[in-house]
Amino acid sequence: MKTILPVIAVLILCLTLSTAFVADTTTNDGYSIGDIAAPIDLLNVDGKRVSYADYPNARGFIVIFTCNTCPYAVASEDRINALDAEFKPKGYPVIAINPNDPALQPADTYELMQKKAAEKKFSFPYLYDKTNTVYAQYGATKTPHVYILQKEKTGDLTVAYIGAIDDNVRDADNVNERFAANAVNELLAGKEVSVKETRAIGCSVKQAK
Amino acid sequence: MKRLAFIVCAWAVLASCVDNNVKKIGEAVVEEPEKEVATPASLVTIPSYDFSEFEAKYLQPEDDMTYVINFWATWCKPCIEEMPAFESLRKNYEAKKVKVVLVSLDLPKLLEKQVIPFVEKKGLQSEVILLDDPDANTWIPKVAEEWSGAIPATLIIKGDRSQFYEQSFTYETLEEAVNSI
Repeated sequence: MKTILPVIAVLILCLTLSTAFVADTTTNDGYSIGDIAAPIDLLNVDGKRVSYADYPNARGFIVIFTCNTCPYAVASEDRINALDAEFKPKGYPVIAINPNDPALQPADTYELMQKKAAEKKFSFPYLYDKTNTVYAQYGATKTPHVYILQKEKTGDLTVAYIGAIDDNVRDADNVNERFAANAVNELLAGKEVSVKETRAIGCSVKQAK
Repeated sequence: MKRLAFIVCAWAVLASCVDNNVKKIGEAVVEEPEKEVATPASLVTIPSYDFSEFEAKYLQPEDDMTYVINFWATWCKPCIEEMPAFESLRKNYEAKKVKVVLVSLDLPKLLEKQVIPFVEKKGLQSEVILLDDPDANTWIPKVAEEWSGAIPATLIIKGDRSQFYEQSFTYETLEEAVNSI
């Protein structure tokens, strides 16, 4: 019995570890429409931590996973500032999160995020996902990747929209459908979002497998 | 580390194989620049297609070939890293009815400035085309319902069977995927 117990203990430990490992790598699962988004607590480029609870008057959030150098993220910078300018006063501020691991994408260090935010005059928090957990929790696979959260009466934040900012990530001048803006406008009007999920080409999130 | 070593080796092999004068990219027409032209025309031409043209030409094969269709862009680092695997596959499986198509998603305005110089510099031998269709929300699910839009991504088609991968490949994993279709 004395020899068996440690063996069983090791076996259980192995099983637990392997399960944990599997759970960590299934990054594509993430949130679906209607899921409740977990709280965040991430470092902003101004050195302060940001959480959803910092916005007691928000009616929801436009959460955008984006980064410093992906050409499609760069092409979206002005549009993200514009979304924040349009919807923050209406209760849907933009929260940007950089999901890339700077060890794999040296252009996405915290310092270079600060530089980017200053240069492009980001009017919204630009958060550093240091523990590399938030993007996986959401299921973000690329940049830019938008999640619109709606605050319920209970205070829960439910995922109301997942996808692209609009139908032409390459060229802001030739946009026909502003998917994200349309979704927020529908939520503000008390309607259900009509186009809940859209897709666009983006840069894959740079994280170790 | 093993993967890195493979990539380095593969590039070295590829680089040594490149003929500096003549580069033929799949079915692309290779032309000598005319002498009268002040700025010499590129040796490489890359055709552009919108999605319906691309779909008709590549996604509905009527032959018994296996098509390995890789979506990439010059700005996509992991795409560039896995490219030697696709080039090696093209070479090693040429006689086994496997065709590699590298579909660039670069901005059309960068075709001459970035894509063609990249293809020339790397001496890519696989067929390279540009998919120029801004309405990605409409065409992405037509390539694969499960595709989020992140690249690199690869679609392997044989007859009416197809398998989609939103991931990076090594030569070994790519070979395995091709053989499993």
